[in-house]
Amino acid sequence: MSVHLPQRPAPDPVRRADLRRALRAFLPADALLEQEEELRPYECDGLSAYRQLPLLVVLPRTVDEVRRILRLCAEREVPVVARGAGTGLSGGALPLADGIVLSLARFNRILSIDPVNRTAWVQPGVRNLAISEAAAVHGLYYAPDPSSQIACTIGGNVAENSGGVHCLKYGLTVHNVLAVRLITMDGELVQLGGEGLDAPGYDLLALFIGSEGMLGVVTEVCVRLLPKPERAQVVLAAYDDVEKAGAAVGEIIAAGIIPAGLEMMDGPAIQAAEAFVHAGYPTDAAAILLCEVDGTNQEVSEHIARVRELLLASGATEVRTARDEAERLRFWQGRKAAFPAVGRLSPDYYCMDGTIPRRKLPEVLRRTAELSAEYGLPVANVFHAGDGNMHPLILYNANNPGELERTEELGGKILELCVEVGGTITGEHGVGIEKIRQMCVQFSPEELHQFNAVKRAFDPKELLNPGKGVPTPRRCSEYRQLPQHRHEH
Amino acid sequence: MSNDDSERLQYAVCAAIAAKRPLAIRGGGSKAFLGRAPQGEPLDVAGHSGIVNYQPKELVLTARGGTTLEEIESALAEAGQMLPFEPPRFGPGATLGGTIACGLSGPARPYLGAARDLVLGTRVLTGRGEILRFGGEVMKNVAGYDVSRLMTGAYGTLGVLLELSLKVLPAPAATRTLSQERDPAQAIELMNRWAGRPLPVTATCYDGERLYVRLSGAEKGVAQAAAEIGGEPLAGAESFWREKIREQGHGFFAGNTPLWRLSVPQAAPPLALPGKQLIEWGGAQRWLRSDAPADAIREVVTRAGGHASLFRGGDRSGEVFHPLPAVLMTLHRRLKQAFDPDGLLNPGRLYADL
Repeated sequence: MSVHLPQRPAPDPVRRADLRRALRAFLPADALLEQEEELRPYECDGLSAYRQLPLLVVLPRTVDEVRRILRLCAEREVPVVARGAGTGLSGGALPLADGIVLSLARFNRILSIDPVNRTAWVQPGVRNLAISEAAAVHGLYYAPDPSSQIACTIGGNVAENSGGVHCLKYGLTVHNVLAVRLITMDGELVQLGGEGLDAPGYDLLALFIGSEGMLGVVTEVCVRLLPKPERAQVVLAAYDDVEKAGAAVGEIIAAGIIPAGLEMMDGPAIQAAEAFVHAGYPTDAAAILLCEVDGTNQEVSEHIARVRELLLASGATEVRTARDEAERLRFWQGRKAAFPAVGRLSPDYYCMDGTIPRRKLPEVLRRTAELSAEYGLPVANVFHAGDGNMHPLILYNANNPGELERTEELGGKILELCVEVGGTITGEHGVGIEKIRQMCVQFSPEELHQFNAVKRAFDPKELLNPGKGVPTPRRCSEYRQLPQHRHEH
Repeated sequence: MSNDDSERLQYAVCAAIAAKRPLAIRGGGSKAFLGRAPQGEPLDVAGHSGIVNYQPKELVLTARGGTTLEEIESALAEAGQMLPFEPPRFGPGATLGGTIACGLSGPARPYLGAARDLVLGTRVLTGRGEILRFGGEVMKNVAGYDVSRLMTGAYGTLGVLLELSLKVLPAPAATRTLSQERDPAQAIELMNRWAGRPLPVTATCYDGERLYVRLSGAEKGVAQAAAEIGGEPLAGAESFWREKIREQGHGFFAGNTPLWRLSVPQAAPPLALPGKQLIEWGGAQRWLRSDAPADAIREVVTRAGGHASLFRGGDRSGEVFHPLPAVLMTLHRRLKQAFDPDGLLNPGRLYADL
């Protein structure tokens, strides 16, 4: 598993001891972890195939502590990896052997909710779902809902520009965050954005969101809250052919309806989900679509009727409207449990995250099936059909020698296929360490050089999460020299 | 009209780099009044035009920077779609590149998103003379930094926008505008109360006497919301929002008194400033006609949690955009350096130092 780990200098015990002493001088004893058994829980994030112990872990409580930690690390040129809940799926919070992990777990307070302006200031360690829970008394909620929303933190969401199943209508993190306060690697406090709808100067807020912890450390976030729709209703449609399901998605959108959620699952994913949560899915279907519309009562009635007509006309073998809230939740439960459900079929699974122009779906599914057969590794597909974001799940067994490496190679080929058809290697999970090689396929050396220049504008010594997100030109030229990996635009 | 002029533009930028000669990027010239005065030799982008890809079912449109908004909006209308951010044109030749470079959005902005929210990808000609592509034609894309959105509102100081991909939306089936007489405090309160409820509001405006609200969406949904909100139906609503508000044809905008744009939190109470105000965007965008000194205006707006820019007229020799804190200005300078090391693209258009 060492192939893509960042090349870092070996940790120097003398430097480590000096750093520990300097941190101890201003951090309380419980804010510094140094024993191996204390560091162990931080060795990986949600991409657990990659593991690395950090030099030390710090758990500050105040903005001033964060500032002093960063200043000290900048002075001593120690790399810093910021971490929220560690639910990320691309290894963005993977520690570096010669660096510290800065956990923001203790920044877990909702600072204020303004129901009239419909905003909330929260600390980065607040869980995504906790914001909606706290805003519920005002009839408001925070829209982006990644599937890890029970556990993942808003700081991590800002770092990854997280999405969820409602992106087509309600947008990503970048559309739902008004401001962040952050500390640069030099220890300077900066606010990007503001409580109004825009801020003067460059849109640094948009640049910062999704920057994978490489530009600064977030200490406060101002999120936009939306009114909870009066009503939501879901329709389930079954198909004997994936292509028909894909075409139906285009028909719904062409009819002028923007569903709140529009999800597709293929046969293997349907069967796994049904066996796990008994959502009532038709297990003989080649694909199902879940189409949710929300809004005012009248609006939902009008749209549901239209969606049903369109689905029937598109060749669905069955169209079911949830009869009540319990059934609506059951329809969704199968989709939401799809990853763990697939996980039950196999000792391990690997979740991919490419986005494609939706019209390319049949081609991509067909070629994914061919690759799956070639590698002898089954693939189940879960697809945010509304916005083209695919999550192929590769089933494998890490205990079989070489199988993880083959899985990664297959995953890499699927991502490169996404780029080839005009899409991207990552829709919402981030590049992290996982997709760093595929960045060389999606971007030219000049584009990567420009990304690195952006990084240095914020972090001239390249100490924040180095080796993640954007590859160095040297690594890319090595990768491009491998056969069949030539950059094409 | 479709013409790929990128080679000529790249050549022109490379020649400017060799001669260290600043360039003033120009599309349709409709927004020359915005920002600080253009300096440098004109670089004409209007000839680089045409819709490159439009897939109504994907809700994505890609066009060259010099394509006019008129061409884009008529192609969208044919497929029953629209640019959700309702960009103002401010002139017949307005181009997509200029619109995105200025980051301008119209009446729907608080409800359907700003220009920056809808930009999915760009092809940019940088001050290094390189043509780079960021983002793409898909809704969800987190590979690399979001340089496309960084370009939005950068006034061409970071690159020439050669090509843009935007998210588009279906045009609503039904639209209705209602109005009622209110005082400013009541108008702001109502705008925010409506926005806190799941109503299909897509524009709001208070002109000093009447509060206007536009509802758009499914037929029955709009009717239900109209009954709830109340007020008199407005005849000629489409031209009201387009000509009077978006294009600033309303009597409020006439005359030579400096026009300020104040961006504040939506529910900020009425701002005590000398001059007339027109309130839009649920309270978040307030237009001010005033001869008051810039510092006095900025102080009041800053206290309300916002920022002020001198939009039209007045003294444009100083900073017209709200001055930035020193740390933020440093980041701006370093980013400018990263994209345009010789400082040749639209120098001084956004801030004197950039």
